[in-house]
Amino acid sequence: MSCFKSKFSDELIANAAYIGTPGKGILAADESTGTIGKRFVSINVENVESNRRALRELLFTTPGALQYISGIILFEETLYQKTASGKPFVDVMKEAGVLPGIKVDKGTVELAGTNGETTTTGLDGLGDRCKKYYEAGARFAKWRAVLKIGNEEPSELAIHENAYGLARYAVICQENGLVPIVEPEILVDGSHDIEKCAYVTERVLAACYKALSDHHVILEGTLLKPNMVTPGSDSGSKVKPEVIAEHTVRALQRTVPAAVPAVVFLSGGQSEEEATVNLNAINQLKGKKPWSLTFSYGRALQQSTLKAWGGKEENVEKAQKAFLARAKANSEATLGGYKGDAQLGDGASESLHVKDYKY
Amino acid sequence: TSSAAIKTNPFLSTGPPFVCLLPHLLLLLSNFSIFPSTMSAFTSKFADELIANAAYIGTPGKGILAADESTGTIGKRLASINVENVETNRRNLRELLFTAPGALPCLSGVILFEETLYQKSSDGKLFVDILKEGGVLPGIKVDKGTVELAGTNGETTTQGLDGLGDRCRKYYEAGARFAKWRAVLKIGENEPSELSIHENAYGLARYAVICQENGLVPIVEPEILVDGSHDIQKCAAVTERVLAACYKALSDHHVLLEGTLLKPNMVTPGSDSPKVSPEVIAEHTVRALQRTVPAAVPAIVFLSGGQSEEEATRNLNAMNQLKTKKPWSLSFSFGRALQQSTLKTWAGKEENVKAAQEALYVRCKANSEATLGTYKGDAKLGDGAAESLHVKDYKY
Repeated sequence: MSCFKSKFSDELIANAAYIGTPGKGILAADESTGTIGKRFVSINVENVESNRRALRELLFTTPGALQYISGIILFEETLYQKTASGKPFVDVMKEAGVLPGIKVDKGTVELAGTNGETTTTGLDGLGDRCKKYYEAGARFAKWRAVLKIGNEEPSELAIHENAYGLARYAVICQENGLVPIVEPEILVDGSHDIEKCAYVTERVLAACYKALSDHHVILEGTLLKPNMVTPGSDSGSKVKPEVIAEHTVRALQRTVPAAVPAVVFLSGGQSEEEATVNLNAINQLKGKKPWSLTFSYGRALQQSTLKAWGGKEENVEKAQKAFLARAKANSEATLGGYKGDAQLGDGASESLHVKDYKY
Repeated sequence: TSSAAIKTNPFLSTGPPFVCLLPHLLLLLSNFSIFPSTMSAFTSKFADELIANAAYIGTPGKGILAADESTGTIGKRLASINVENVETNRRNLRELLFTAPGALPCLSGVILFEETLYQKSSDGKLFVDILKEGGVLPGIKVDKGTVELAGTNGETTTQGLDGLGDRCRKYYEAGARFAKWRAVLKIGENEPSELSIHENAYGLARYAVICQENGLVPIVEPEILVDGSHDIQKCAAVTERVLAACYKALSDHHVLLEGTLLKPNMVTPGSDSPKVSPEVIAEHTVRALQRTVPAAVPAIVFLSGGQSEEEATRNLNAMNQLKTKKPWSLSFSFGRALQQSTLKTWAGKEENVKAAQEALYVRCKANSEATLGTYKGDAKLGDGAAESLHVKDYKY
């Protein structure tokens, strides 16, 4: 390597490439305790550790699902949890060829003097935390930066702070053996059109890659988790998956170096079916795409599963079937082969948009 | 597929230059790339044309002849072959180059100095028309040379922004379809400095967007001089840093990347350092590009720096043989490395023209093969083909 040399270089590069394996993607199951609580409220389940454990066990032991998953992002609590029969979740994953990942940021705080824009916290002691997580079996990390589109937003300050925060987080991860997922989410909230989203996305991604270069990050050992390029949630216009695909891939072509092995999209407020259909269109698009294009979905993989489960033991099998259906559908989407025939679970077409979404 | 699409000469037209090329390129582009119908940032009325022309320049099997030596610089070349630096000789040399049998099919563009843009062949035909008929886009050097940055250790910035828009418009009317602006950086103990990287990157970006406003595809050229005793790793680190800064600046200035070209140095050891094999140069160069150059850029046209004709060809060939992600064409924009043997063979004498033209054809064909990774190293080496063309601290 010509700049920063991590003793973990080869491993980072191999793991990042593995996550981008065609036919596989990431399950984002890293909801913080507070956030998972909101999900539980919607299905009348109490937010206690055993329920959080039970949900994750349901997901990770779904027969046939893990073959479609290259990585699972976990919240810290989950990294140390076990199945009901006492097997650590990280072992369940490793045996199924799934890399455990870990959310390492500590949430957002507002930037003084801006109109509600934020920066992400979590750099203090990050190196030590990463080291600990690596020992526990984690091999990649996630840090969510958040930007919004408005009349004056995102401001140059918000873009700079979030880009440089991501870059600092990324290099600290690499020093400690974790592949950093770089996630600069531009919220879908707003009445802007798709052109505006494209313009902002390109500007934000350009800033991110400049920051990563400045910080000597090994791009071959990173992943990008961006928003797709879509109209704002209040724009009143829905566009076809092909249009989303065209704008999204073009934005990436204009900003994401080929050295990045994979782009793993976040689902934002999209419904399960939308997120799959859009990813499929992205993979069907003919054009230069020197990175895998896959998923890192939370809500868009779990929505029907949650509803089917409702916290009840007797629903586990049904819930697992729902999860398998979405995992398989998204796997097909990474190959551009999704036929839109996933047995739609209850809620699969439901928009998952929550205004000004906070984890 | 690309060469098949452009097999018939699309340039013969009495209409606006190169518009007739568009249907061929639309077909070409729709086969394997996204052809954006709307831009998300700066929208130039020339957008479609810029994209088509930039893509054309990157046609596999073709590249650029850099024949834009200023009057002063060509004077040095002519002096080395004992030829007087007068307009007729400058004209004669360029006529020799542009009418060399077999050369133009290997070229997609020729960069000209302003004087040459308006010159004609000895039988009265405008050079730009000769080029157009040969399927070659005329390009124009638009910068006004470098000046030192105060407070640095001999680092420079490039001039030429004043009135650039008007000059571009004029050049477009004269038939130019792309432009070139050379920024220069050097490697030293404390160089390149952050100031020099920033100034050169932002100068390039401002030049680029002005070109696009006026229908010219900007070649972005951030040359990092080969002078020095540094190793290839150092050159790679600096190249990556400089290119990252360039693409940030281009983004800030709303440049349409699909309508640009990049003209970088290859990644090599410094001139005072031991040489390495073409494969090593290829690996370091392509990796640096993978780390910095967005896929939206259609083609990368390498400068030859101080490399000999044969070195430059072999290195380009090695890059095109490398198996790895390369979402841009990798081609040439060579000056000295295309003209050296030709110049020596010509020596200013009419009776040598045919032999000199053959020498040019040999290098053009060799480099054309190198863009396809098929060069076998068998180019009939002209006198001087293996000669290093390195001049310390080279100034145009």
